[in-house]
Amino acid sequence: MSLLLAAEAHFATEGGFFVDTAGIMLILPFLAFGAILAFGKKLPNQGGEIAVAALAINCIWAVTLFIQNMVSPVVTERVIEIGRIGSNLSFELGWVVDGLSVMMYFLVNVVGLLVFIYALGYMHGDRRVPWFFAAFSLFAGAMLILVAAPNLIQLILGWEGVGLASYFLIGFYWEDMANVKAGNKAFMVNKLADVGLLLGAAILGVVMGTFSFSEMEHLAVSGDTALAGVAVVAGLLLFFGAMGKSAQFPLHIWLPDAMAGPTPVSALMHAATMVTGGIYLMARTFPLFQNLATDARTLMVVIGTITLFGIGFLALVADDIKKVLAYSTVSQLGYMMTAVAAGGYTAGVFHLFTHAFFKALLFLGAGSVIHAVHSNNMSDMGGLKKHMPTTYWTFVIGSLALAGIFPLAGFWSKDEILVTLGHEGWTTVMWIAIAGAFVTAFYMARAIALTFHGTYKGHGHPHESPPVMTRPLIALAIPSVLFGLLNIPGVEWPGIGNFTQWLGVRGVAMGDHHAEGIDFFVAGVGLVAGILGLLLGWMIFSKDRETQQARDRFEVPLLYPLLRRGYYLDDVADGVTYVTMGPLARFANWTNTYIFDGIVNAAGGLTMLLGRFVYNGLDQRGVDGIVHGLTAATDGAGTVMRKWQSGRVQQYAAAFVGGAIVLAAVFMFVI
Amino acid sequence: MTVIQFVILGAALFSFGVYGLLVRRNLVLVLLSVELMLAAVNINLVAFESMLATSELLGQVFTVFVITVAAAEVGIGLAIILMIFRNRQSANADELTLMRW
Repeated sequence: MSLLLAAEAHFATEGGFFVDTAGIMLILPFLAFGAILAFGKKLPNQGGEIAVAALAINCIWAVTLFIQNMVSPVVTERVIEIGRIGSNLSFELGWVVDGLSVMMYFLVNVVGLLVFIYALGYMHGDRRVPWFFAAFSLFAGAMLILVAAPNLIQLILGWEGVGLASYFLIGFYWEDMANVKAGNKAFMVNKLADVGLLLGAAILGVVMGTFSFSEMEHLAVSGDTALAGVAVVAGLLLFFGAMGKSAQFPLHIWLPDAMAGPTPVSALMHAATMVTGGIYLMARTFPLFQNLATDARTLMVVIGTITLFGIGFLALVADDIKKVLAYSTVSQLGYMMTAVAAGGYTAGVFHLFTHAFFKALLFLGAGSVIHAVHSNNMSDMGGLKKHMPTTYWTFVIGSLALAGIFPLAGFWSKDEILVTLGHEGWTTVMWIAIAGAFVTAFYMARAIALTFHGTYKGHGHPHESPPVMTRPLIALAIPSVLFGLLNIPGVEWPGIGNFTQWLGVRGVAMGDHHAEGIDFFVAGVGLVAGILGLLLGWMIFSKDRETQQARDRFEVPLLYPLLRRGYYLDDVADGVTYVTMGPLARFANWTNTYIFDGIVNAAGGLTMLLGRFVYNGLDQRGVDGIVHGLTAATDGAGTVMRKWQSGRVQQYAAAFVGGAIVLAAVFMFVI
Repeated sequence: MTVIQFVILGAALFSFGVYGLLVRRNLVLVLLSVELMLAAVNINLVAFESMLATSELLGQVFTVFVITVAAAEVGIGLAIILMIFRNRQSANADELTLMRW
């Protein structure tokens, strides 16, 4: 059943106070950034309270706008022109208020606030806490700039900002070289992808004469011929950019390494919000792909499918609990990307929405465990259920939501993706995605079994985390359970409608597919896949053995090393970099040593010669000569003339009289 | 009586004054010579006024001024000489060469 959403601009109200002042959300985190750097050290929580306060104020706007958009939809933007490129390309900053951006404001601020509060406890007594919260605030501000962007330029601004904050925080514990390398890797892979984004933005800007998303949407819907000509190329370039930020195969390799950062960072940036930036970009430019760049979508679906299935598999063998979740995140991003690429705007973004809550919950749960046992490895855990009941139960809720168990959030959003894939004709992909759901459930069952059941294998006595950490877990567990109900196919809640309608509030109709009722077959198969995965994973891994290796039945020859090394993709990336960049680097080194250094040395030598000439010739002989000459002349004149000043009054008088006589003679005889 | 006789007298008196100014070593006598030169000028002023001018006794008035200024000058000059003599037990112009390089 296809349904065009009646979300035209005339339907929308013009906003009001909170729409007009939404820009405050974009500024406060940056003020917090500066304030924490300036005097965070002197505060009792090392600046954490400033970061939390900034996001708490932001939440007033985010929640109000979210509710306002439920009750009476808003489509508007507030921009000011900053400058112009040439005569017709205008560069504007501002904020968009429509279904998509309001959803993202809600996500970034609400999940962000919970993670920040959690971080107060998690980072307590750690190194460089003020810098942590400063960089985290910087991230929140940049992310809000990204999702508020009314045009590609501001989006890129925020995009690079979150990349920078990501780099800072991945390498937060920079005393360990591996963490620095992880930060560098994330930055460089993202930079490679950014080339695509920049080129795509440049092409679109030149062809459309504007960077504005709203004008792009209208041009795309009206089938503008100039835009249609470059849509596939520009669309693929934008997609390449999104592949980097949203960790799509094969550019996902940075995300597992990014787990080197503190766990709250992994929860907020590398699971809930930042990595969804690419999905957000695809959703923001969705009309371009839906109406013009349709040829690009096959490749995008294929990439997304490889990501969702192939990378999810890697979570089966990871020992580091955060890496399990990281691979899971990559896999879920694959779901979102596949959905958006296949034409499921609402499906993809709804999964983004629910995933942010339960994946943040899972990461914070993992952080709570790591906080207790001081190790990332599940081989150091086990049996934590009785020590950490709150963490355990919230982690189970997050896992069930991720595994797509009815009626938790993940069930509804994943089901919507499956239904959309089936409806759009991607039946094979739909079955792969169902298999992916099985894998997801399997590795989550494994993670729960290895972490919380069996006997404890670590050191010391683990304790439940303090309330400042467990309360955000509980707060995130609630939306993980309930938020799927916001978008039950065909169900409209009285007075507010459903998520599909809120999200459909855009400048143009999105024209994507919406189920009008539950497809019981697909939902049932997806649910069965999830339950089977959980049961199988539980059966294999719940049996307690002494070591991780002995328990890990998945050591299939060939397959196990393949998965442990992540399909050798890192090695391939290193190899490709070596083969392609090696000669270039050697050439650059050669030119640097012989040509640029030669030029520099020659310039230096010439400068030295010139300097010597100026010193010896001009300064020592010329300028100093003049100065010395002047003093000698003055000295000589003084030696001669001072003799006239004898101090004998009568000599002066004689000279005076003589002068008078001479003057008198002159007056008498000459004139 | 012509003006030329007074001018010659004035010139002679002025020349004596200049001679005394340049040649005498005693500061009191130097000061006296200056007085002599002033007297010569006064003679000229008075003579020109009474012989040649038609104005209202300008020369005589000026002479009175010169005498007044000369009196003041002598007062200050003698005071200075007195102080120098007290300090150095000498009023010889050749020995007073402090104001030189």
